[in-house]
Amino acid sequence: MTFAVTTTHYLVLSFLLFTIGVFGIAARKNMITVLMSIELVLNSVNLNLIAFSYQLSDLTGQIFAVFTITVAAGEAAVGLGILISLFRLRETTTLDRAAELKG
Amino acid sequence: MDFLTAHGADLLFYLFAALALAGAIGVVTMRSPMYGAISLLLTFLAVAALFLLRGAEFLGIVQIFVYGGGIMVLFLFVIMLVNLHRLPEIKLFGGTSPLAGVLAVLLLAFFGYFFFQTHFGPGLRQPQNFLTAQGQTLGNSEAVAWGLYTQQLLPFEIASVFLLIAMIGAVVLGRKQ
Repeated sequence: MTFAVTTTHYLVLSFLLFTIGVFGIAARKNMITVLMSIELVLNSVNLNLIAFSYQLSDLTGQIFAVFTITVAAGEAAVGLGILISLFRLRETTTLDRAAELKG
Repeated sequence: MDFLTAHGADLLFYLFAALALAGAIGVVTMRSPMYGAISLLLTFLAVAALFLLRGAEFLGIVQIFVYGGGIMVLFLFVIMLVNLHRLPEIKLFGGTSPLAGVLAVLLLAFFGYFFFQTHFGPGLRQPQNFLTAQGQTLGNSEAVAWGLYTQQLLPFEIASVFLLIAMIGAVVLGRKQ
């Protein structure tokens, strides 16, 4: 059938998620939303790894995805810690307000 | 009925892909971070289902545990802690959003170009290759664990040290001065 799912379908979905995530990182002002967009990007990369793991019949992609999930968990914890610090300092989570280094 | 048995997995792919995309668009466009977090949860669960459809059972469940459980609770906790609904968000998108739009379009064009160039063909998966280690057939979790504890042992240990460092860092950052 014409609509049988192939690796390319997974790659298209993964790249759409990646693009949406990159747009969210670059466009949104709220730091919480930016962190959530980073999680979207990491998820799309995992999808890619799984699709190629299936395509190449090799488990290494799945094992690498385990490490990606580990790093995503650490990144979320530290990022939200930074967010709490920013909120204590500025009473806001808007990234424009954290502009001490701006010349 | 025959149609469903033959193409059920394909139809499920389209269903969960649509859910994942809808959740992702929700994350980027929702004004309230709380609704954004719920959209993100939708994306996480849909992606977990897509992992299952590609034979990664262990990772699908880990995705639900770690993302749907741990990371999502962390996000919701912080959103409730900073109590954002009292803060006026004047504009949804910052001044960089035209630039971000251009970046997104460029990325889409780049990837689209590659999709017109490449053909991967049908999957090469042979179950007997996919799920064996040391000559015996294993389940997916067993096979992943085998890889993690043999070939990838050093990265596995480094990941545990990384998690310890991240935990200490998060505690220090979140501490009261």
